[in-house]
Amino acid sequence: MRAALEVDGVAFAYPDGHQALFGVSFRIERGERVALLGPNGAGKTTLVLHCNGVLLPGAGRVTVTGLPVAPEHLKEIRRRVGIVFQDPDDQLFMPTVAEDVAFGPANLGLRGAELETRVKAALAAVGMEEHATRPPHHLSFGQRRRVAVATVLAMEPDILILDEPSSNLDPASRRELAEIVTGLDVTILMVTHDLPYALQLCPRALVMNGGAITADGPTAELLADAELLAANRLELPFGFDPAALRVR
Amino acid sequence: MGAGHAHPLYLPGTSPLHRARPQCKIAATLLFVLAVVATPREAFWAFGVYALGLLGLARAGRVPLGLLARRLVIELPFLLFAVFLPVVGQGERVEVLGVSLAVGGLWAAWNIVVKGTMGVAASTILAATTPVAELLGGLDRLRLPKALTTIAGFMVRYADVIADEVRRMRIARISRGHDPRWIWQARAVAASAGTLFIRSYERGERVYLAMVSRGYAGSMPELQELAATRAQWLAALCLPAAAALVAITAWGLR
Repeated sequence: MRAALEVDGVAFAYPDGHQALFGVSFRIERGERVALLGPNGAGKTTLVLHCNGVLLPGAGRVTVTGLPVAPEHLKEIRRRVGIVFQDPDDQLFMPTVAEDVAFGPANLGLRGAELETRVKAALAAVGMEEHATRPPHHLSFGQRRRVAVATVLAMEPDILILDEPSSNLDPASRRELAEIVTGLDVTILMVTHDLPYALQLCPRALVMNGGAITADGPTAELLADAELLAANRLELPFGFDPAALRVR
Repeated sequence: MGAGHAHPLYLPGTSPLHRARPQCKIAATLLFVLAVVATPREAFWAFGVYALGLLGLARAGRVPLGLLARRLVIELPFLLFAVFLPVVGQGERVEVLGVSLAVGGLWAAWNIVVKGTMGVAASTILAATTPVAELLGGLDRLRLPKALTTIAGFMVRYADVIADEVRRMRIARISRGHDPRWIWQARAVAASAGTLFIRSYERGERVYLAMVSRGYAGSMPELQELAATRAQWLAALCLPAAAALVAITAWGLR
């Protein structure tokens, strides 16, 4: 069985010489929901940009359902890997919600009724059908985040990568997004330092620090390991009892 | 953030004018304005006919006349210039309420006021009945270079985001006791402008990254179904055709 995402010994340095990744390796199987945890500056976003070929590794390789990330496959790779960026204002740039959701599939060559079906299905998956004709800047932040997820779902990706999906959301929007994410039938890699959110949504977690993977295992076990968390500058919110996690 | 407010110029509706194709409306507006500008200024009756036409159009588009009048206020700064023409003009003069005014200047002022008002009224009706997204789509259909309409689209999309950023930066400044009253206190404002430029530039890079991640390869996909039928074009061009007829008649009667 081919993994949904396979990262093998990826190392990367930015043109200014800053080395961001030092031999990162992991596999994500189809249908898994995995959290990628780590402090600011751990290299999480750099790693994410390797998954769809915006950055290409200096050493090592990335494979998406069997297809290596390489310049000749970029179009197909970007269909297979959907990234929802942190700021929805960066992701939503078209005049209306429907046009923004159509942007990705249209780039894949879809037109007419087929395109319309895709857009409708993606907006329905995030509960935003009735806002299709509105301009994105007239929506609330939580609604914009949901539309941003729809823009990527419309490309029917094999793997969905969410970059800090819970940042800036109020508790209700945060719960609504969690319900949407758990209802999706797609492999998910969720980048976050919101540990309770990772625990709620992802059975498995990877911990990243200093450009390398430092732990990989069941989320509940990792979060109950106080030493591991401290060593990686991760902290549970005040009042959150790690002992309660072991029972689960 | 920018949530909840409608676009300032557009009046939502379902009138025939709202449903007309944007490219037809844009072309009709432009041609109408050309006809108005080409009309001899002495033909008062012609401008009366144009005004009636615009009133009918506003009615067809359910644009309230009060709103139309308020939006005409935007031309006031330009009209101020026209007010000076009769006062400073040379040549033959007449007495109006005890003030000596130049006849040539009066004609020039009338010319500017009446033609400017017609043009602004026509574009106000266009903007009130066409959402910005459709205006851009219409300009696209009229073969305006894609790069220009794309840039205009981004500008409309991000104007609110950037204005919001400006507002937050201003609040942050005055929260730290900044109270600029004199020109030499403008340094912080200038620094904010610089920061805003860098932030917007970086946002541009992030937007591009998000576009590339969704398969963007250098050209925006055609998304709106905006093709206009011959009947739609004919209907839209009735008004400018009538205006052109009026202009030609006015020249003939001179």
